[in-house]
Parts: sequence; structure tokens; C-alpha cells
Amino acid sequence: MMSNMTNPTMISDSHAHTQEPALKMEGVSIYYGSTPAIREVYLDIPPHQITAFIGPSGCGKSTVLRCFNRTNDLIPGAQVKGNVFFHGVNLYSKKIDPVEVRRRIGMVFQKPNPFPKSIYENIAFGARINGYQGNMDQLVENSLRKAAIWDEVKDKLKESGLSLSGGQQQRLCIARAIAIQPEVILMDEPCSALDPISTLRIEELMQELKAQYTIVIVTHNMQQASRVSDKTAFFNAEATEQGGKLGYLVEYNDTVNIFTNPKQEYTRDYVSGRFG
Amino acid sequence: MKSHPSPLARSQDAQMWQPKRNLSKWSEQLVKYIFAAFALISVATTLGIVFTLIFETFEFFREVPIFRFLTETQWTPLFTNAKFGIWVLVSATFMTSVIALFVALPVGLLAAICLSEYASPRVRQWLKPTLEILAGVPTVVYGYFALLFITPILQTFIPGLKTFNGLSAGLVMGIAILPFVASLSEDAIYAVPQSLRQGSYALGTTKRETITGVVLPAALSGIVASFVLAVARAVGETMIVTIAAGSNPTLTFDPRVPVQTMTAFIVQVSLGDTPATSLAFKTIFAVGMMLFLMTFVLNIFSFWFVRRFQEKYE
Amino acid sequence: MSSSPYSGSELPDIANSDFQPNLSKRYALDQVFEQLTWIATFIGLLVLCLLLYDIISDGASRLSWQFISSFPSRRPATAGLLSALVGSIWLLCVTAVLAFPVGVGSGIFLEEFAPDNFFTQLIEINIGNLAAVPSIIYGLLGLQVFARLMRPITGGPSILTGGLTLALLILPIIIVATREALRAVPNSLRQGGFAVGATRWQVVRDLILPQAIPGVLTGTILALSRAIGETAPLITIGALTFIAFLPPLSLEGLQTDFTALPIQVYNWVSRPQPAFHTNAAAGIIVLMLVLLLMNTTAVLLRNKFQKGRM
Repeated sequence: MMSNMTNPTMISDSHAHTQEPALKMEGVSIYYGSTPAIREVYLDIPPHQITAFIGPSGCGKSTVLRCFNRTNDLIPGAQVKGNVFFHGVNLYSKKIDPVEVRRRIGMVFQKPNPFPKSIYENIAFGARINGYQGNMDQLVENSLRKAAIWDEVKDKLKESGLSLSGGQQQRLCIARAIAIQPEVILMDEPCSALDPISTLRIEELMQELKAQYTIVIVTHNMQQASRVSDKTAFFNAEATEQGGKLGYLVEYNDTVNIFTNPKQEYTRDYVSGRFG
Repeated sequence: MKSHPSPLARSQDAQMWQPKRNLSKWSEQLVKYIFAAFALISVATTLGIVFTLIFETFEFFREVPIFRFLTETQWTPLFTNAKFGIWVLVSATFMTSVIALFVALPVGLLAAICLSEYASPRVRQWLKPTLEILAGVPTVVYGYFALLFITPILQTFIPGLKTFNGLSAGLVMGIAILPFVASLSEDAIYAVPQSLRQGSYALGTTKRETITGVVLPAALSGIVASFVLAVARAVGETMIVTIAAGSNPTLTFDPRVPVQTMTAFIVQVSLGDTPATSLAFKTIFAVGMMLFLMTFVLNIFSFWFVRRFQEKYE
Repeated sequence: MSSSPYSGSELPDIANSDFQPNLSKRYALDQVFEQLTWIATFIGLLVLCLLLYDIISDGASRLSWQFISSFPSRRPATAGLLSALVGSIWLLCVTAVLAFPVGVGSGIFLEEFAPDNFFTQLIEINIGNLAAVPSIIYGLLGLQVFARLMRPITGGPSILTGGLTLALLILPIIIVATREALRAVPNSLRQGGFAVGATRWQVVRDLILPQAIPGVLTGTILALSRAIGETAPLITIGALTFIAFLPPLSLEGLQTDFTALPIQVYNWVSRPQPAFHTNAAAGIIVLMLVLLLMNTTAVLLRNKFQKGRM
């Protein structure tokens, strides 16, 4: 059913009504000014699965992730060449509005960044701005429930989002992303600032969420990638003549294969902890 | 540079090391106490201001009952039939300040947003110092500008606008305090962490929505602090209103006619030959006390607000 | 007007969406908002240009050696600002001599020596408070304490009284600037100093201050340029508006009556005759030139400072 038939964790997912990838990269290169940072990435992200990006720090995995919701546009001088397809539509076509893209493809950041607003307003903000037509209270509650934080905050929705603990803040940010009903959730090292217990909760949450959302996660933690993801992309960087680093995709496969039977030597060295 | 002996040789060459430990300890203490005394001068200044004002104000109220001060509707302390209705001066201060704030707060905040969020780093680099020039212009210059440039222009299309009026003084005062609002608000807006902006963009918001929905609320305490400072400046501003608004103590909110603010009254009395024992002399301290109390309350409010609403980011 | 740069959403709507993003309206608002911020920024610049134009066109023709070198007069054509200019220079020197050591010393104490206790916090809150006190209130303080109580020393509303009053006025600015300059010196330098056995004062004097002094000087000059433009506190302490002599260059000079540039300008502005207004404009040009000179020095110092830190 999935593109790779050897996937042992293949799920019979009622939502997987299509074999077409949710996101697809075709020859994506990223430049800062005239300096290349990422070299030609080809990649298919299957729907309703968790895809992990791993690799040593500085290899550009976060930069690649940010192509999916065009947040690279916000960095002065950053330039993306190549095509990124979302359900067959090129996200970098001139006709596509990045604001609309970002509503459809949500994102959770490395450090929890709740807005300095009440918990309720943190969730309602994006939905209200994007013209949500339904019942806002209901949406807030549903989003918080899906993010597995409702029970902890239901009695203090008026309190500041910054009053929560780090792990709670991150789940609040996940709820905030869910509230605008995206199809894809990008997670940029979402647990790197959290303690192990909070990390575990987020990982469990991701398993619940993948029934409804396509998840792409960047992580520097290989154990995390092997625990949570269905597919894994391994990125590496090579030194350039100018003294910079040029990131590229080394290998992309089912997580099991990446960790037990990698095709590339670099991957084998990395997953066995020999560098990175 | 002298070559130092190696630490190992130290025991043999002990006589080469004779740090004046006692002297340096002694001078250390001396310097510390002198500087501490200097730091106390600022506290002494506040105490000096408070006691000066309280003392003379007390003397004033021994001659003029506070009831008259607060209820009379005329202000004629220099006349034989003296009246001491402070609201006459307060109303003028209030009116000119409100006009000034109508200019300074929105324009200053928008300029701060422009500098922090829209202007490219290069444009910002020369725009900000240029606005700071505006802050460095002496107020007597603004007074000249208000009286001899703005008022004649306004008179061409506002019928009944007198040579001295609250409107012109207020408008120019607004321009004079605008750079403070812009500069301080910009500091606060610029300091909002980039991660909040990214978090907002990731929800599918436009730039304006991110600014008004996330960045400004996050910078609220700093923006309010700059607003409060602007109010304090407007209330205490002296030369612009003295030159351009006139010295007619009138209880009115008509911005077209001459009025006298609290500060303008103090200047008027100071310029005259008023004996230090006279009631008029004590009056300026009573008015000064009123002014000080106003700015003090504003300060307390600002302090409380910043404490209450300042968000701590990592 | 289509303000959206995009020709409508091309993204396939798979989930039947509850959202009506209405992007074209939002982009229109975005454009209006951005234009407003630019207009607001240029209002300040426009007024600055108008102000400079107005003053130069009114006063430039009146500038002459006669104007600089004459005492005030009842006849506008023979009046000059010699006593005001000299008074301002005296004030500048007295204020600098008083405010600089006290301000820098306070700043060093608060930043390098002070324990973090209730007392220091009180001083800090107090300094923040003083910065917002209107300058005319300082004038009332100077009038009562320096011009009246300390009359035997200061000689009444004298240059010394004016200098003392202005020094108190700018003290908070110098303290804050000093602290910022000290804070910008990396802590590693302090630790390095302590590690070779220097006392705190030795570290501050020999290692920290040399690094911080350009920042301190910049802040002090900017504070002094504020003092030079102040009118209200000087009028309040009783500075005269008509002075036809120069103070002797001695300690008695400190105790003489004085006038200053902004007071002279105010005096001319408040006369009804237009010819005096021209004098006021010319006086403003001189005042602004003095300020420009001081600010340029401060900027040059700052630039040198920043280059030196590279």
C-alpha cells in the first residue's frame, strides 16, 4: 500500500486513500546569498506517517524542513531552487501565497514559543485570523484535547501561556498548530529543550496524531527517530572549498532499514555512533 | 614589561614581591565609600526636591486654604484680589498634553514599528539617528517654531486662532516628544524574540497580523513605559507652552485661545521680581508640587505596569 | 485594486475547510498599515526639515561678527549674544566638572561595587524616577537650595547655582550611560584581572575603565548637550535675561550673575518686535551649531569606540 512494500510497520490506515506522497521535493537546493547550503534533495513524504530527518548538526536538515512551509522566505537572502510539491502543486510557484501554505502546513519549533497571551488566545489566534467559521470554544477545546494537554489547562484557560512548564508549552504549541487544521505538521527538534518525561509525552502524542496528520520531524536524537518514525532521511554535510558546509541527502528509507541495514557507509557510521 | 620570575622561584625571591596590600585595601575602601557617597547624591536630589516642595507648599497652604486651591475657578495669584483655582492651570496643562499625545503616541509607535519591522537594516541605520536629532533640539527652539511658523500656518485655515494658543503649542510639543516614544518603543519591539514572529508566521498570518497580534502584545510593557514617559514629558514641558500657548490663565478647553499651563506660570513668576517671602513666590512651589505629584504617580504606574506585564523570555 | 501579489489560492482544498482566510482583504490592510508606518516615520523627518529651513531662512542673514561680539541691547540691530554665549560656555564647564566625576563614580559604584541589596535597588529605582522628573522641578530645587539656602557660597542665582542645578539634572543620564558602558566590557576581563591578584578598584581603574571610557564620554557629552539646551530650570533659579558684562575668569566668576543662549533666545522670542524674532532665529542657529559640534564629537568618539572593539 505504501510506496515501500517492505515497511514492517505498515498500517491499514483508512485515511491513506492515496498512494501519492503528501509532500515531494524535486531537486531542491538552498542558497544563502550566492553560497549554496543544501544540494539537490529528492524526497517523497508519505501521508499519515512520521518521517524523521536525522544527521549531524549543521547539515541543513532544519533548513530543508522549512522549505515545506516556506519559512525560509523570512530569512533575508535565503533562496530555494527546485520544486516542492504539496498534493502535486508546486509550493514555490509564483502563484502560491506563502501565508496560505503555512496555514495548511503547520509547524512546531525547537524551543517552545507560546505567544504572550492567554492559553485560550494562543489557540484561537491563528484560527481567528484565518477566518475560522465554527465555534471557537469548541475548536480550542478540541485542539487542546488532541494535543493531550486539555486536562492540565482546562481550569486556567485565561492564564498566560508562558506560565506553563516547558513540556506543557510545547504541547500548547502543538495544539496551536492543530487549531488551524493543517494537513501536515512540521516539527523542528520539538523535544530538544525538554526533559525526558516531557519528551516521552510528545512522542506518544505524535503516534496519536499521525492518524490525522502527516508529520515530518527533525531530530538530532537517533533513538527518537528510531522510536517514533516510519521513514528516516539521513542528511550529511561536506566541507566546501569556501570553507562552508554543503548539506545533502545521503539516504532515505524506512526507518527500520536505515537503522538495521543502511545502504550507505556514511549512514552506517552515523547510526552506529561513529560520528555526528 | 617587566619579566616576572617563575612561580617556582618565588620562595627564593620573596623579597621581590612586596605588594602594598594594606595600602591597596585602604584605597579600595576609600574609593568605594567616595563612590557610594556620589551615588547617594541622586537620592539626596530626590529628597531635596520632595522637602523643598513640601516645605514651601505647606507655607503656601497656611495662607491659602487648600479648599480654595481646589475649588476656585480663577487663577490670579499676582492680583490684589487673588484667586487660587489650580484647575485653571491644570486644565491648560491637560489640554496641551492631550493634543501633544494625540500626535506623539500614534505617530511615535507607528514610526517605531516601521524602524523595527519594515525598514531594512541600512535604512534603519540612518533613520534612527535622524529621529534622535529631533530629540536633541532644545525646547526653546520648538517654542520659536510653534509661535512663528506653525501658528501663522494654522491661522490661515482655522478662524479665530489667536497668536498664542494651546493647539499650536500642543502639536509642536507632540513632535518634540515623538522621538522618545519612537526610540523607546522601538527598543521594546526590536527586543521581541524572533521565535515568536516565526511561530506566528507558521500559523499562516501576514506581516501586519504578526506585528499587531503577537509582536506588539509581547512588547506591551516597554511600549506602555514609553507612553508614560511621553505623558510625563508633556505634562512637565515648559518652554514650548510658555512661548506658544501664552500666559492667560483661563479655564477652558478651547485650543484656539491663549491659556497658561502650570509650567508656564512658574516661568512667569520666576521672570518677575517676586520677593522670596511673598505669597506669589510660594505659589510656584505649590504648583511645582502638583506637577511633581503628577509625574510621580505616572512613574509609579509605569513601574507597576512593567513589573506586572513584562514577559520573561529565555 | 488587487493588493494580493498572488492570483488566488491554487492549493487543493482536500479537507472541506472551515476557514475563510480572505487573503486579498488581509493583504490590502497590510499595505495600508505599512504605508502608515512609513508616513509616521517621515512626519518626524519632514518637521525636522521644516524647522531647520524656517530657522535658517529667518536668522542666517542676521549672523555676523557684530552679533556674536555684542552685548544685548534694546535696539535689535545692535543687540548680540556675547554674554549669553560666554555664559553658556561657563555653565558647560561648571556642569561638566561637577557632573562627570559624580556621575561616573556613581555608575562605577552601582555597577562594580554595590552589593545587590534593598539599598542599591532603592538607588536604582530613584535614578529611574529622577529621569522622568520635569526639568523645571530641578529649577525649583536649585532656586531653594542653591540660590537661597547656599547663597553665601553660590552668590545667589549665579553661574555656580546654574551649574549645580544642571549637574543634578543630567546626573541620571551620565550614571545610566556609565553603567551601560561598564556592562559592555566583557566579564572575562574582570576575572582575568582578579586572577592576577588585583583588587576590585585596581581592576576597574586599570582594566575596565580604559575600555569603557569612550562610551562614558559619549554619554556625558550627550548629557551636556541636553544641559546646554535647557531653559526652564535656569529661568526658575532666577538667571537674568539682560547681562551686559562678562564674568571675570576667576573663582569670583562662578558667583556672578549670568545669562545663557537659550534664555537669550527665549527673551528675544517673547518680544513683540519682529526684528527681535530675527535675532532669536540667529541665536538658535548659534545654539544649534554648538549642539552640532558636541554631538559630532560624541558620534566620532562612539565610532572610534566601536572600531576599537573589533
